[in-house]
Parts: sequence; structure tokens; C-alpha cells
Amino acid sequence: MLKQWIEKRGILTFMVLALLLFAVSCAQNIGTTPATSEPLPIEANSTLTVFAAASLTDAFAALAEIYEANSPHIDVVFNFAGSNQLATQIDQGAPVDVFASANREQMENAVAGGRVDADTPRVFVTNRLVLAYPQENPAGISALSDLALPDTLIVLAAEEVPVGRYSLQFLDKAAADPAFGSNFKQGVLDNVVSYEENVRAVLNKVSLGEADAGIVYLSDLVGVEGVSYLEIPDTLNSIAEYPIAALNDSENVAAAAAFIDLVIGAEGQAILAEYGFGPASAP
Amino acid sequence: MSSLIPSDGKPARRPLRRRHRPEAWWALSLPLLLFLLIPLLALISYSSPAQLVENLALPEVRQAIALSLRTSTLATLASVLLGTPVAYLLARREFPGRLLLDNLIDLPIVLPPAVAGLSLLLVFGRRGLVGVWLDSFGVRVTFTETAVVIAQTFIAVSLFIRAASLGFAAVEPELEDAAAIDGASHWQTFSRITVPLARRAVLTGVALAWARALGEFGATIIFAGNYPGRTQTMPLAIYLGFELDLDVAVTLSVILVFLSFLVLLVVKSFFGGGERQD
Repeated sequence: MLKQWIEKRGILTFMVLALLLFAVSCAQNIGTTPATSEPLPIEANSTLTVFAAASLTDAFAALAEIYEANSPHIDVVFNFAGSNQLATQIDQGAPVDVFASANREQMENAVAGGRVDADTPRVFVTNRLVLAYPQENPAGISALSDLALPDTLIVLAAEEVPVGRYSLQFLDKAAADPAFGSNFKQGVLDNVVSYEENVRAVLNKVSLGEADAGIVYLSDLVGVEGVSYLEIPDTLNSIAEYPIAALNDSENVAAAAAFIDLVIGAEGQAILAEYGFGPASAP
Repeated sequence: MSSLIPSDGKPARRPLRRRHRPEAWWALSLPLLLFLLIPLLALISYSSPAQLVENLALPEVRQAIALSLRTSTLATLASVLLGTPVAYLLARREFPGRLLLDNLIDLPIVLPPAVAGLSLLLVFGRRGLVGVWLDSFGVRVTFTETAVVIAQTFIAVSLFIRAASLGFAAVEPELEDAAAIDGASHWQTFSRITVPLARRAVLTGVALAWARALGEFGATIIFAGNYPGRTQTMPLAIYLGFELDLDVAVTLSVILVFLSFLVLLVVKSFFGGGERQD
């Protein structure tokens, strides 16, 4: 039907109509957007822009709901990405009020770039490595030392990504521990079948049951079904510290401070704990 | 086949072209030519030839090259074996659902390779439709070189089928009928008449499939994982190397560019694959 119609009136007419339709739908969007965020009569409506590490996505979205309930005139806008990417964007002058990084290194880059004052960043949560395995546990893993048993299919993140480096650090620390023995690291590496490009890919291989075990962050496991995990003790773990800071050129100083207070305060910490993050005071 | 000039006469250059002011067309083509060429030149000039040779000696670079050559060749072979019947079917037969089959063949070309990788995982993975059965025999596909070949075949076979099918369709059915009347079996007709006549198109398909398999990334990393020497092909090594060692990534990229260019060039100049017979 459409084909005949086009043949009769010509493809150009069709394209013009399609374009018109598109323009109209755009115009409608423009018309409706301001209506949704009702401007308040006294206080000016404002936006708080938060750049946060991708691993914080779900937890921060939950925090934003509380924040916006407390301060209805402020809209929280997030940009979630890899911390290194966020630090680069900040360095290039992106308008940001708050930066939450998944490691100290990228926060230090933001400080070096001059947009975060050196004494402002505060560690607000930690994230730790755990050993994830499929719930039906095909390799029968019951202890960390089982990782070195022959014919265990292990996936790790590639050395190129932070969690991959932390995983290797864990193996080094374990191999230095007599409880595991010096052959532990080699035994585990012999079992590795893939070095995945990121931590989500590791988790996916585990949750699909392709791998018998993999090393991921505890916070990655929240809400994931069919995956169990073993704790990696603090002495062997590489704990990732997440610092947060307001930018020194923020135009919403009070709003930024209020957001950070929420994150650091008891209510925020409780929510972050629900999403698998550890308290900042961990060693 | 060994001649640089295709044996049969190409259609004479149309005189129309001269009236169309070639210099104007050259000027209009220039932006695209530069757009394609400059990034490649930037890549090639990034590291010195000495650096390139030095990186070539690195074990992980050699492993990736060897693995890529091996798997892409196997994937091409698989594409030819499995794809030829389908190509012929599409070229010769009208049947109900032909359009659907035609569409199905195009899917791997338009789908994001990650989708292909995920689908393969759900079929050949340990809990997959076929994987469960294989697993009961102690056969594991995921994370193996076989998985790389399967992923590459899945992505590349469509290109072979498309090209070969065009070639088969261009062979006059009367020629096949004549051979059949002279007593040739169906298979003889196909292998002695149809394939030789469609040679160029088939070889173009082979080259396209091979080049595509060589460059395959998304399906491989999801389905086969990434392990140096086992499943880390050149594109995977380039992608991961980009984070850690840009030099190595550039070396592999340059080799990949040259290999692909060379294959396409050889095919087009020797077999006239660039000129479509209509």
C-alpha cells in the first residue's frame, strides 16, 4: 500500500511528509518539556550536574530521588561513564557541579586540572573484589583455593582495565600467603580461559554459566540473579576507594554541598550499602 | 586466471563519461577520498618502520597474526562449503519464503556483531541449545579457537552468499540445460559449467568473506572470549592493546590494513571482481 502510494506521488513527496512529521513531533517535545518541570514562584529552578562512575549508576539514581524529594526546585542530572572518561571531560571544561570517581587516580587528575581543590575530595564508599560463580556451581567451588584446581574455567578482566589489575594483585597476595602456596597464582592463570574487556563481560560469562568462576566487584552483583559469590578477605583484596568532590567553579555551591552531604550522611550510606558498596572507613 | 587483464572483453568505456567533465567529478570525489585516506595515512605514519618491525617480533603480536590468518581461512572455507548451496538456491529457484530466506542471509550483515556473539553463546554455550548436548560429550566450544571460527563464519558467510549468488544468477540457465541434455549429472553441470562461469563472483565472495572474517571483533570477543594465542585475534589485540600499549595496537592495525587491502587488490585486479557482469 505504502509502495503504491509512493509510486503514485513520488518519493520526494513521501520524504517531505516524513520530514514534516518528524519536525512536528520534535516541536511537540519542545512544547511539553518545560511543562513537566514546574517553575517555582520564588526560588529559581536550577540543575545540579553530577558526573559519576558507571558503577554508581543504580545507587546514585536512588539517591537522586531522595535528593529531589528534599529539594523539589533542583533537578539532578547525571553523566555516568568510566571515571577516566569523566576526568577527561572535566578537564575539557564540561559544566559539572559534583564529581564522583571510582578511583583516587582520576580524582587526582581532576585536581591536577585545577577544577577540584586539593583538599575537597572525600572517600565516600569502597568497593571490593569478590569471587563470583554460577549458582549451580558446576566446578563445585567452596573456597578461594579451589580456583587453582585443574579444569576450572576462570574468566578475569583484562589487565588493561582496573579490575583486571586488582584481580592479578589478589593472585599475587594469595600466592605470597602460605595458606594458598606459591603455586596458586600459576595454577589459577592456567585455568583462565578468557581475559574480558570489562567487569560486566566477566559477570555475564559467569551468569550465563560459561565460566565456573570470575572476579568482579561486589557492587556488580546487586540485582543479578543466578550468581553466588565468595568473599575475598581484606588482606588479599584490593579495595577500590571512591572519592567525591564539588567542583570549585560550580554555580550551585549550596546544592552541590547538599548532595555530597546526602551521599556521606547516614541515609545515603545506607542506600549505597544496599547497592553493595562498603563504608569509607574500610582499611 | 593469471592474466592481469580479464580474458573476456569488458564493455567499452562509455563515451558519455567524457562529456561529463571528469575533472569536476574528481573534485567532487576528493573530500571522500581524503576522508578515507588521511586516517589510514595517520595510522601508517604513527610509528616508524623500525618500530613496526620490532613490534612484529613480539610473541603476542605474532600469536595474534597467526591465529587471525588460521581462523579467517577456516571461516572462509566453512563459508564456501555451507554457503554455496544457499547461494545457488537463491540464484535459481523460486520458492515460497524465498524473500524470508533472502532476508535471513542479510541479517548478519546488518546486525551488530555483539548480537551475533550473544546469540551464538545462547546456542553453543554450556547451557545453550546445542551446547548442553555437546557438553554431555565433554565438548566445550566457548573460549576455543573453534568458537572464533564459528563467530567469523556467522558474520562472513552472508558476504560470500551474496556475491556467489549474483554470479550463479548471471549464468544462462540454457547452458545448464544443454549440459543436462548432453547427459551431465546435476553435480557435473554445477561443478563444470556453473561454477567456472561464475568464477569471478565466487572468488569475489571468497575474498570479501575472508576480509570480513579477518576483521571480525564483536562476535568473537563475546562468544570466544579473549585469550592470547587461543582466541585473541588481531582485532581483539588491537582493541585491548589500545588501553595498554598503543604502539602494539598500531602495528597490528597497520598489518591488518595492508593485509585487507592486498587481498582485495589481488582479487579485483586478477579476477576483475570489481567489474560486475550484468
